[in-house]
Amino acid sequence: MTSQAQQAESEGLRPWLLSSSPKSRGQARLGRAYIGWLAFRSNALAMIGLGIVVTLVVVAIFAPLIAPYDPNAQILADRLQFFSAQHWFGTDELGRDILSRIIHGARLTLYIVVLVAVIAAPIGLLVGTTAGYLGGWVDAVLMRITDIFLAFPKLVLALALVSALGPGIENAIIAIAITSWPPYARIARAETITIRNSDFISAVRLQGAGRLRIIWSHIVPLCTSSLIVRVTLDMAGIILIAAGLGFLGLGAQPPLPEWGAMISSGRKVLLDQWWVATVPGIAIFIVSLGFNLLGDGLRDVLDPKSGGQG
Amino acid sequence: MAAPLLTVEDLRVDFPTRKGLVQAVRGISFSLGREKLGIVGESGSGKSMTGRSILRLVSAPGQVTAKRLEFDGIDLQRASEAQMRDIRGERISMVMQDPKFSLNPVMRVGEQIAEAYRTHQKVPRDEARRRALDMLAAVRIRDPERVYRAYPHEVSGGMGQRIMIAMMLIPDPDLLIADEPTSALDVTVQLQVLAILDDLVTQRGMGLIFISHDLNLVASFCDRVVIMYAGRIMEICDAKNLAAAQHPYTRGLLSCLPKIDGDGSDLPVLRRDPAWLEHGL
Amino acid sequence: MSGPAAEAMIDVRDLNVIFGKGADRVHAVRDVSFAVAEGATYGLVGESGSGKSTVLRALSGLNPDWSGTVTIAGQPQTRRRGKAFYKLVQMVFQDPYGSLHPRHTVDRILMEPLAIHGLSDPERRIEQVLEEVGLGPQFRFRYPHQLSGGQRQRVAIGRALILEPRILLLDEPTSALDVSVQAEVLNLLQRLKQERGLTYVLVSHNLAVVAHMCNELAVMNHGAVVERLDVERLKRHEPQHPYTRQLVTASLGYDRAAIDRFEDFGSVG
Repeated sequence: MTSQAQQAESEGLRPWLLSSSPKSRGQARLGRAYIGWLAFRSNALAMIGLGIVVTLVVVAIFAPLIAPYDPNAQILADRLQFFSAQHWFGTDELGRDILSRIIHGARLTLYIVVLVAVIAAPIGLLVGTTAGYLGGWVDAVLMRITDIFLAFPKLVLALALVSALGPGIENAIIAIAITSWPPYARIARAETITIRNSDFISAVRLQGAGRLRIIWSHIVPLCTSSLIVRVTLDMAGIILIAAGLGFLGLGAQPPLPEWGAMISSGRKVLLDQWWVATVPGIAIFIVSLGFNLLGDGLRDVLDPKSGGQG
Repeated sequence: MAAPLLTVEDLRVDFPTRKGLVQAVRGISFSLGREKLGIVGESGSGKSMTGRSILRLVSAPGQVTAKRLEFDGIDLQRASEAQMRDIRGERISMVMQDPKFSLNPVMRVGEQIAEAYRTHQKVPRDEARRRALDMLAAVRIRDPERVYRAYPHEVSGGMGQRIMIAMMLIPDPDLLIADEPTSALDVTVQLQVLAILDDLVTQRGMGLIFISHDLNLVASFCDRVVIMYAGRIMEICDAKNLAAAQHPYTRGLLSCLPKIDGDGSDLPVLRRDPAWLEHGL
Repeated sequence: MSGPAAEAMIDVRDLNVIFGKGADRVHAVRDVSFAVAEGATYGLVGESGSGKSTVLRALSGLNPDWSGTVTIAGQPQTRRRGKAFYKLVQMVFQDPYGSLHPRHTVDRILMEPLAIHGLSDPERRIEQVLEEVGLGPQFRFRYPHQLSGGQRQRVAIGRALILEPRILLLDEPTSALDVSVQAEVLNLLQRLKQERGLTYVLVSHNLAVVAHMCNELAVMNHGAVVERLDVERLKRHEPQHPYTRQLVTASLGYDRAAIDRFEDFGSVG
């Protein structure tokens, strides 16, 4: 076995990654990631989703280089033009190039999605694993708080928060994050309860590990994969809520090229100049679809219940 | 012995995987009369696949081929799916290891047994109910009326396994395939359940394939024993002569078991010979 | 009962375990007493629900709902155990598929106890313990799903041994393994015990395994000990209690006539 592994190692990266006897922590981790990637790659729809999300990221990063015009440059003479060689997706009611606004809007969309995920997922994870592992009154208190947040419809709660905090993209992000964590806490708690009494947790308790250590390095890693899947699937919903807030004028403020706000302003001319509202709508649709497909693919690879444990 | 109930000739089960073909069963042959035949092997020996392939229950990527797979004059390989459905349950039954997964959790156990009877026999409801109660009594359940009304989660593991056996036996099959039917049970309960199967073989002339990892149990319970290793049959011998078995694998399996009156010294460890894979029966 | 209580490594007296309250109250262990001398292997035998594993979990500190006196290495134990206790007593679980963290490599699994106790020179200790349980260095960075059942159980034994405990609690350590692998693991446990002078408490439903491993044993049924006996008496098939005699008969294999004579030992004492 050892000699085989050594031989394989000299033959290139792939056998090294797939080696059944890795020689270091790094090799073991990379090998595991590579096997996950192989499984992910064989799922065509997931690859399409990944392609869409990667495109979104690339477009957002290089927006000023890609966009043909300044997204806020108003040429009132060219108002509400249909698709043409100069303006591929036409212009809006202030004569701004829609393609450029979509491209710059990708930055806002990504900004919202990433910030919400970074705020909401860890809160949910922390609350859920703590409640699930400790049980008793800690569980009761944390879960009732979660229930209170869950009892409100997401958009209504976000609306209330934004109207209290004042409109604006940062406040919209805070509002969406605050309404998004309770489902994550529920998922993390449910996972924690199923693994809390397993033998490998008993074993680490018998080694004298404290609660913090057990939650952090034994329970959290098992909850994160299903949480990543759930967050990815929720991205579409987050984009829609952000767009909804933008549409209602409570999210990004003009002249920011936020997709929801663009639809809102295009609504007035929907019947005659349909593309002004439709193009950002299609952008929202494609990116939401991309995140959903990616989430589905990740579930097949990451979710411990569907074979990730091997 | 008259014409055998089941004839298996050169049975193979293959699973295509990313790393190539995995041969779960590699060309085995045996026949079964109205007797208790034990199939013994360690995990990965192909013993469960053998049982499943007789009922054509090997799932999707697995491919089953055989020169001959004949049950009471019926070619099981050529039988249509409709014919197979008639054979399964009515003529050949199968009991699996874990009863809880095989019972419908939201249906009273008695009703499930009666239902199993009514699928194969067109009889009125109370007739089926009476038969089900009789069957529960036959598998030595003390209070059949109470158990009839119970849901699967309300019965213990041993009880659940007896219920499964009652359900499999109620259509009066000619052949019962039992895949580790008792290994989740306590020893005494295990033996009591085996006694029920034993009586059915003697009284009704049923054939029994008993798949197990427990060599001692099979040797004392069955008439003949098939020893499997890595998808091949190493040896077929009469159970009472098992102690005199010739094959080094059988001998190795027997000697590595701790004995209740042993001397506590190190147990002999089984040495696997790659040549065994070449020379199966 | 008898027993060299003064110098016993483990001394359990009048252990009771009660789960739940009111109508759900389950008296899982009733007045169990036994003593284990240093370097001995003590067997707890019984069928499912006999309370044998519950006794072990109370000993290990995993289950706090017990009352009675438990003295380990001369120290009376309370419900809460400190790090020093865990350095003294370790446990091996029944199911090698459930007792290893599915996302941790063997290396990480063995590293964890060292990190918790802040032991020096982890590299050397991990290499040494892998060697001792018969796994080469090529297994060090594998994940549990890349190991067979026997190899996993060796890792679990290694994890228990890496803290250099003096007592190992074994909860059906081989019942999920193939017989040929069981023989290897039992031999390994016997060798480790001799090399390190360990004291074992072995819980099993398999009388042959207990007879092979133990010096003394207690037979349990419905939470109570029905008989305590020397292993020699078991080997001569001379237990006193009819329940033990029935277990011995059952473990000898299938005997149609004997089964009809089986009694149901509902609840004892």
